[in-house]
Order: sequence, then structure tokens, then C-alpha cells
Amino acid sequence: MREKADVKELIVISGKGGTGKTSLLGAFASLAENKVLCDADVDAADLYLILEPEIKDRQDFKEGHKAVIDKDTCTECGRCRELCRFHAISPEFEVDPIDCEGCGVCVYFCPVEAIAFPLKTCGELFVSDTRVGPMVHARLGIAEDNSGKLVTLARQQARKLAKDKGLNLILTDGPPGVACPVIASITGADGVLIVTEPTLSGHHDMDRVVELTNHFEIPAAVCINKYDLNRNMTETIEEYARDKGLPVVGRIPFDPSFTEAMVQKQTIIEYDASCNAAQAVQGIWERLRSTL
Amino acid sequence: MIISIASGKGGTGKTTIATNLAVAMAHEVKLLDCDVEEPNDHIFIQPRITYTEEFGLKVPQVDMGKCSLCGRCQEICQFKAIVVVGKSVLTFPELCHSCGGCFEVCPEGAITEVDRAMGIFERGARDGLQFAYGSLYVGQVMAVPLIERVRAEIESGMLTIIDAPPGTSCPVISSVKGSDFVILVTEPTPFGLNDLKLAVGIVKILDIPHGIVINRSDLGDDKVKEYAKEEGIPILMEIPFSRQIAEAYSRGKLLVEEIPGWKERFIHLYERIVDYAGKS
Repeated sequence: MREKADVKELIVISGKGGTGKTSLLGAFASLAENKVLCDADVDAADLYLILEPEIKDRQDFKEGHKAVIDKDTCTECGRCRELCRFHAISPEFEVDPIDCEGCGVCVYFCPVEAIAFPLKTCGELFVSDTRVGPMVHARLGIAEDNSGKLVTLARQQARKLAKDKGLNLILTDGPPGVACPVIASITGADGVLIVTEPTLSGHHDMDRVVELTNHFEIPAAVCINKYDLNRNMTETIEEYARDKGLPVVGRIPFDPSFTEAMVQKQTIIEYDASCNAAQAVQGIWERLRSTL
Repeated sequence: MIISIASGKGGTGKTTIATNLAVAMAHEVKLLDCDVEEPNDHIFIQPRITYTEEFGLKVPQVDMGKCSLCGRCQEICQFKAIVVVGKSVLTFPELCHSCGGCFEVCPEGAITEVDRAMGIFERGARDGLQFAYGSLYVGQVMAVPLIERVRAEIESGMLTIIDAPPGTSCPVISSVKGSDFVILVTEPTPFGLNDLKLAVGIVKILDIPHGIVINRSDLGDDKVKEYAKEEGIPILMEIPFSRQIAEAYSRGKLLVEEIPGWKERFIHLYERIVDYAGKS
């Protein structure tokens, strides 16, 4: 894969949610050496639930602004309501913090300077230790925006941590979807593993992330989780991947051990390294490691 | 009534609930797929598409013949989407939020707004069921404006079912706000519970009545049920894991049409929601 600094970063994404990104990344965490873990699914971060990090450092994530109208200064001229394209200002001249886009147009044009524009704290970033190595993770405040920026910050922190500790690999758990947070999680990565499932939805959503990784020219590989729930679909997806020039690095059978491991706060490798699913995951990891 | 289907975690079964509920209630129902990053409802609904539009967002275009390089556009833009560099003005349309600030502030009238295509919006039908969805072009960053476009299809007085995207941030909020009821779909696992709590945080902020559907209800532990009980959130339905259901889903088939008994269960789900939401 691409020549860069000696720290390599692998991101696990899927397009469709719930295909097993986090469980798989947790398993890789048990198998890989000299790595930093990074949870870039800042909306619904779950990796910490199995790795139980001990937080060493915490910082506020401050990004973006929200308009706040000072009622005492406001003359209710209505200019702000006229200009706001996000319909965030009520007839009573109160700004709805959820609808406010943080564009500052009302602040700029208010003739009596009645609108403040404070910087928001929209989340937290953590650097932690876990039993399988250092980890960077984050929490976006509920109903907050700017998730893409927090993803970027988490990845930068992970890279810094890897350099400081002399580690040569970053394993990153990506978010679902194809827009802002996903784009932020894959740009500049050394490789992407796309985890899909043998369903029409899984196939459809994978097509879109394949288009995305092609668009950003990031090397990608595909693996199919719960492949035995529809073997025909598995073959269709594998054929599609090969047509697109993407290596298929493995199939994982449907196995309730994944859920049982999660309930025990373990990776599937820790829970039962000999089960079929764990064996399949080890094969996938070996193939990925040799390409990185 | 507007019923939204949400979940913090992806892959818990939002699409399954949204599509089956819509088809079970067919006639006088509208299904809106607001998961514009990964829309899947159309795979199950197979609608006859009657209307297609390319959705665009207004972005600035600068007439350098009029521009005096005063820099006010750069100053007002919070998103670094317009920058004065030397004797030219660069725009970064993918960063633009279409707030109109630069357009308003330009003293020379040098900025006009042009449409930048960001996705497809489609409307269609399947028997009595009306359907609409958006599909964001791959590589586009912002989902919310297209979600707003899909939501513009909401018609008062008609049962509307909204399939929201996963997560807890802006695309979810813009999808579910204004709903009369939110169905939170989860699975009884530590990840499912963690993300359910985040989703409950959203519906509490938005102050919308809500209930839980537990999917693959026999794989995991009892913690989701314990949480629901502590919080006083009703469990509206449970769907056990079955290879038959998983297989039907994998082929894009609907439970209410493939497996006897499920249509009645989805109608019952609707009736329970009507009770909790206090309206129909």
C-alpha cells in the first residue's frame, strides 16, 4: 500500500450499520501488536465497552458557535429572522440551539449588536490505556454537530500517540454511512476494510462505500460477516468486489459467540479463540497484515 | 401523525420496522426514508417512481469583474468556504452551508447563488403506500439539507413514517424533530444498550414520546429490559432472531408479506403507538 510515514492506519467501515465493525476491530486489537486503537465512531462509540479503557487524559472538544440573543438589547427589528435560512429564530426572538447552524449571519447583521456568538463545547476526547494497548476515543455531545471534526481530531491524536510511543499501526473503528464523519475517518488512511453482510441492503450500502474509497483513492479490502445467512448473496458480493478490483479477505460465519463475548466485555479472540468465527477473523487479520 | 424510527446503533432493524409498519398500514400512509447516506427502504418497498429531481444547494459564484477584494465574504463565512487569495476569490462549495452570508454581505453585488447538485430526491408509490427518499451523492459531506428536502413531503393529517439514519448527531435530529412518536429500535447487547441510551437522550431533548422495539431479542442479555423498566419506557415489540427472518431480510423481502402473523403484529404495534402518543 501507499508509502508514507512509518505509522500505518487501517480503518474498518461498512456503509450499513451493525455489520460487525466494532466486534471485528476489537478482535484485531487482540491480534495485532505495536498498535494504537482509535474509535472514530464518535456518534455512537462502542469500542470502549469491550476494551474498558482507563482514561489518562481528557480534553474538551470545542468547535463551532451558536447565536444567543440578548433580549435587553434586542429591538425586535426582525432583520435576523429575515436573514436566517435555518428558521432558527422564533417570533419571540429566541434562537433554537438545535436549528442554529452557527453561520453567524444574524450576528453580523444585527444593527444593535444584540447577538452573542459563543464557542460551543460539543464533545470530549480521551486518551486511554487498555489491556490491549493505548486507545484514543471521543464522545460527541448528544444532538451536537461537527462530528467530522471530532473524528479528524481523534485520528490526529492517535497518530501522535503512535509516534510518541514508537508504535507503527493505528486500528480505527469507523462510523456508518458515507458522508461527513466517514469521509473524515478515511481521508489519508493507508487501508480500509469494508465489512458487509450478505443482504441486499448490505450489498447496496457497500457499493456506495466502495465508490467512496475509489473517489478518495484509498486501498480497500472486503470481508463478509454472517456469510452463511445467505450464501448466494455472499457469492454475489464477492464477485462484485473482485470485479471492482477489491481483494476479498475472508468470510465470517454467523456466530452467537460475538454477542456472548460482547456481554462478557471481551473480544471474540479472548472469549473463544477456537470458535469458527474467531478462526475466520484470525485468517482475515493475517491477510490484512501482509498487505499493510 | 408522524412516527419516526431511530436507533443510536446502526443495523438494529430500523429499515425492517419502518418498511413493515408502512406496508402493514398500507393505504393512507407515507413512508419517508431520511437515511440519505445509505437509503435502503426502496429495496424492500420496490416503489414505482413517479418523480425524480436532482437536489441542489445554493453556493456562491463570484463575478471577479465586480469583486473589489474587500474580504467581507471571507470574514462572515464560518465554514471557510470562501477565501480571498491574492487577486482572486476561491470558493469551496463542499464546505458551504448555504447560509447566504457572503451573498448578503458583498457590497459590490459580485456574488450570485448557483445550485450545486448534492443528491437525488425521488417520490413514488406502491399500491396505497406513498414513498419518498433521498440519496446523497457519494463524496458529498452534508446530509441535512437533503433530509430536509425529504421531510418537506410530510403532509398534515396523514400517517407519516420516517426512517431516520443511525447515530445521535445532526442528521438524526433533523430527521426526527417534530415527530409525534419515536420508535427506538435496539438489540439486547451492550452496544445496543449503550447506543439506545444515547438515542433516548435525543428524544428527551426533543421532548417526543417514545418506545422501544427489541430486535434479535433472544441474542444477548436482559439489560435493555432492565433499563427500559427503570426509565419507564414501554417495550412495544420484540422480534426474536430467526434464520427465516434474517433470510427474508437478506433477499429484500418484507416480514408482513413473507411470514404469517407479522402483519397483525405490526398493526398491533401501530395501535400501541396510538395509545402512547395520544393521537392517530
